[in-house]
Amino acid sequence: MYSFSYVKPGSVEEASGLLSNSEENKVISGGMTLLPTLKQRLARVENLIGLEKCGLEKITLEEGVLKIGAMATHDDVSISKLVKAENPAIAELASQIGDRQVRNRGTIGGSLANNDPSACYPAAVLALAGIIHTSKRYIKAKDFFVDLFETALEEDEIITAISLPKPEKAAYEKFPNPASRYAMVGVFVAKFEAETRVSVTGAGEGGVFRCREIESALSNQFLPESLSDIDIPAEGMISDIHAEADYRAHLTVEMAKRAVAKSLAR
Amino acid sequence: MKFYGGKSVTDVALTINNKKHIQNVPDHMLLVDFLRETLKLTGTHIGCDTSQCGACVIHVNGKSIKSCTMLAVQADGCEITTIEGLADGDILHPMQQAFHENHGLQCGFCTPGMIMTAIELIEGNTDITEQQIRHGLEGNLCRCTGYQNIVKSIQEAARIEHH
Repeated sequence: MYSFSYVKPGSVEEASGLLSNSEENKVISGGMTLLPTLKQRLARVENLIGLEKCGLEKITLEEGVLKIGAMATHDDVSISKLVKAENPAIAELASQIGDRQVRNRGTIGGSLANNDPSACYPAAVLALAGIIHTSKRYIKAKDFFVDLFETALEEDEIITAISLPKPEKAAYEKFPNPASRYAMVGVFVAKFEAETRVSVTGAGEGGVFRCREIESALSNQFLPESLSDIDIPAEGMISDIHAEADYRAHLTVEMAKRAVAKSLAR
Repeated sequence: MKFYGGKSVTDVALTINNKKHIQNVPDHMLLVDFLRETLKLTGTHIGCDTSQCGACVIHVNGKSIKSCTMLAVQADGCEITTIEGLADGDILHPMQQAFHENHGLQCGFCTPGMIMTAIELIEGNTDITEQQIRHGLEGNLCRCTGYQNIVKSIQEAARIEHH
């Protein structure tokens, strides 16, 4: 690891100020991706700005909508009574990320800001039409996820919280990589009164995406059987040593079926 | 020993195994190196150094974490427990005792991390099932593949805790 200075600002304003000082400054939350990257010297920073003193870990209900602080760890989210009551699918998703040590450090804000194509949270935030609160503005989920590891965040912009509307039914199912537990394919289904939204992570070459074929099949009838005859094109799916594109396309439908069944059984 | 050059250093105050420490550490020093190199607490191991194997698991404020993927400066103000902090003199911690009695170790390299994870795992969940234990050990690897007896040890420790 190259040497750097570690700073712990006491507020988001102070943190954004430090961030805008230099392109060599970076924000760290749980550090589950950034620290390994720094250790391998794949990145170099002048100042590492820790957000632990910024008070961003609260989980609240704001005007009836669940709001999760950016620094809430996956463990915080998975055991939160409020999350379990309001949006149990989110608690369940959080409980399946990485291993318990990763869940004890990794945060929702860090996961979203990194926008790893195999991360679980992006699928939930997009399917639930969540709002990403930042140090500057609110960003709708559909505008937030731009491409692999790329988001709408500006260089000096920091995620502060995420609001997630309450669906009638929702669930997440992933096919985890057997060694590392990341989503080779993860599908989040969310049924709202007006529409059904389905997002897929781990599969798309451009990162998380909404699957319109599955959405329209489920809008007729929200049942696993509605997906029996659905075929998703393999085009645009990731192909690697773990799974080829057509296998990922197949898994997408399979995970969606399981997610629908799980949401109905709740 | 790893070279920790660089000019930025910070005073950290933390409690390790019930003992207060105030130390000046390089900002980019990993917590595991601080424990092993600075404090000579070498019970916490470095296996993969890429946050996969779990040999470096310790407790920070009661939560299990991989100390190869946390900085010493991030532990400022924290309560830390390492494998050295478990036994009471010659009396082993119940989890250590269970590993001892069930042959829960072969080469022993993964054992400190396994035990630290296992203690958190059964906390408040002494009815834990075998499957939950196996699932809970996802972040700890045993290269001897001695999982059968590791799981057996944890089951026994949970049973003892339960009674």
